[in-house]
Amino acid sequence: MMEELLLSIPYVDLLPEWLVLTMANVILIVLIVLPVILHVAYLTFAERKIIGFMQIRVGPNRVGPRGWLQPIADVIKLLLKEIVIPSNANKFLFLIAPMLALIPALVAWAVIPFTDTWQLTNIDASLLFVLALTSIGVYGIIIAGWASNSKYALLGAMRSAAQMVAYEIAMGFALVGVLMAANSLNLNEIVTRQSGGVLDWYIWPLLPLFFVYFISGVAETNRAPFDIAEGESEIVAGFHVEYSGITFGLFFLAEYANMILISTLTALMFLGGWLPPFDIPLLNMVPGFAWLWLKVALFLFFYLWLRATFPRYRYDQIMRLGWKVLIPVTLVWIGIVGVAQQTQWGYLFH
Amino acid sequence: MSISHFIKSFTLFELWKGLAVTGSHLFQRKITVQYPEEYTPMSPRFRGLHAQRRYPNGEERCIACKLCEAICPAMAITIESEQRDDGTRRTTRYDIDMTKCIFCGFCEEACPVDAIVETHVFEYHGEKRGDLLYTKEMLLANGDMYEKEIAAARAKDAKYR
Repeated sequence: MMEELLLSIPYVDLLPEWLVLTMANVILIVLIVLPVILHVAYLTFAERKIIGFMQIRVGPNRVGPRGWLQPIADVIKLLLKEIVIPSNANKFLFLIAPMLALIPALVAWAVIPFTDTWQLTNIDASLLFVLALTSIGVYGIIIAGWASNSKYALLGAMRSAAQMVAYEIAMGFALVGVLMAANSLNLNEIVTRQSGGVLDWYIWPLLPLFFVYFISGVAETNRAPFDIAEGESEIVAGFHVEYSGITFGLFFLAEYANMILISTLTALMFLGGWLPPFDIPLLNMVPGFAWLWLKVALFLFFYLWLRATFPRYRYDQIMRLGWKVLIPVTLVWIGIVGVAQQTQWGYLFH
Repeated sequence: MSISHFIKSFTLFELWKGLAVTGSHLFQRKITVQYPEEYTPMSPRFRGLHAQRRYPNGEERCIACKLCEAICPAMAITIESEQRDDGTRRTTRYDIDMTKCIFCGFCEEACPVDAIVETHVFEYHGEKRGDLLYTKEMLLANGDMYEKEIAAARAKDAKYR
């Protein structure tokens, strides 16, 4: 699509084909990454505002009209600050860690379908691809904790690693339920299978898996109440104590990009992605992208709401919840789905 | 584990209750005071920047009794005095180190002639070391500048003293 658009510009068709193709893809990538980063910036603003409102405060309102330039000011501040590298840190790993955290969070957007046609690449096993990439993100955190040469950072990284292992399993099993229902690993296909209306969305047949997925998603992104990897009250700031300036900014960006990613995935797999809630002409006129945006915004609001409400879990409680509650719940529900699909109740789970 | 406990924990009952509390606060009226534009109400007993007062005829009130210096728990006040030509005892030096001062108001309570007082002014600052060492002249200037407010606050509080 973008390729034809480029070729319609005069003289572009004289360029070699591979160059045009690369240019088209780069433009598409920018068209995806730039809005993601903008959303991250304004998600931080929304977070401060919403949490402020929940604490009967007004939140940031000084920079620009009603505080709308606050995220811009924050970015400029982070860019201008000095990057301090601890004297005994492993410099190479220390600097590569924030990038390792951020890149998977952005790469995963390559396979996210924004509507049935707006998608950078439509690969067969896109769900698997996303799952693999979100797991790589934790390496950034572990390497950051190790390379900092600080006890707090190391503790934060170890906690993060243990938490990831526990919750990745629950998350993976929740996705197994989705792909059993959809019979496909392709995100586009999963959403298309849910077309029809609210009642056809997978949230209803897979309700326990939906909750497990979102809770493990919160844990995966190290957000409150599962933010023991940061744990301000015990280990200062966990894995990113030693990071300053834009290296810290990248971790921040990665965390929020991951939040948006998890919210988008939840919307795609359980709330019918870009599909309108009722299959009537009036709602079908609204572009699918807007529906997806609304659903993602709902989950992001939940992220902030949870942070404003719940105190941090203790480490052993997190482990207990992950291993002894979430994983058994998903296993039981996968069993139910599997048995139902082999009997006459299979229509409930399609 | 009782069955009601089981149901409660699997429906996330307690968590929804918690979310309802914060959710309702989201829509409550915000109580933030936008400080530089808005102020909270201030008591006439507010203890801010110090000032030395004068009598209406222009004579300074302070008689260098040094009660304030004696009571000051932070030892922020330094006084030196001499006999003036008309036979009265006056200060030659009256310094308050605002970096030491804890604004307890004991100096004002100790003063027999209401000379040293604390005003309602709290928006002042120093940019160099020593900027917050207030000398006699500075304190008297404060008194001259804020005399009206100081007198009004004292009058308001008079019946409780």
